[in-house]
Amino acid sequence: MITVQIEYFAILREHIGKNTEAVDTEEKTAGGLYDELAARYALPHMVHMKVAINDEFAEWDAALTEGDTIVFIPPVAGG
Amino acid sequence: MKRFSFSHEDVSGETIRRLVADEASGAYVAFEGWVRNHNEGQRVLRLEYEAFESLGAKEGERIIREAEQRFGISTVYCVHRLGKLEIGDLAVIVGVSTPHRGEAFEACRYIIDEVKHRVPVWKKEYYVNGDSGWVNCERCSAAAHQHDHGQD
Repeated sequence: MITVQIEYFAILREHIGKNTEAVDTEEKTAGGLYDELAARYALPHMVHMKVAINDEFAEWDAALTEGDTIVFIPPVAGG
Repeated sequence: MKRFSFSHEDVSGETIRRLVADEASGAYVAFEGWVRNHNEGQRVLRLEYEAFESLGAKEGERIIREAEQRFGISTVYCVHRLGKLEIGDLAVIVGVSTPHRGEAFEACRYIIDEVKHRVPVWKKEYYVNGDSGWVNCERCSAAAHQHDHGQD
């Protein structure tokens, strides 16, 4: 079990109703963690989502480490 | 001022033009993105931008460095607005100066295209009919709604 910090933005922040939370998880990867949270909060399924770990883009199969800060990045719409 | 930045305040094209002015440059090209009053068939009243600012600033700087390497820019600034914007407001600006005009057009186009695809910024539109929605997440919202019903 590890504890990671999650920051939520945009549609995810509104859907979950939090900016951040600490999550205890048995999941080993960023993708596994998203699936766990998607089930917990009935999150929308989004194509073209990305993930960042500790302020850098990461792969979905990237390993999670105790204390990581995770951001799930919904489809962007700048400009 | 950083070459890529977010701003919670109004940005003027004139400010960027002055920042980019450079005696080695013979050309200046700017792109301004404005808030328009419609999107995908809906009348838009206003909108709100939100960003993952720390990673967004890094990715914006990376895009500018790529453009520099490809096109040989003299000076460049890009600012993306965040927060509440009204119709007609400037949402994003890219200003590029180069020795000759060709590179300025190409670099400006490259930067705005990459910023739109890669920088983590989200746009929430508020419509005349009272609805609102996160752009590019419309289908996601619909799916979430169905999912909620499935659990009732």
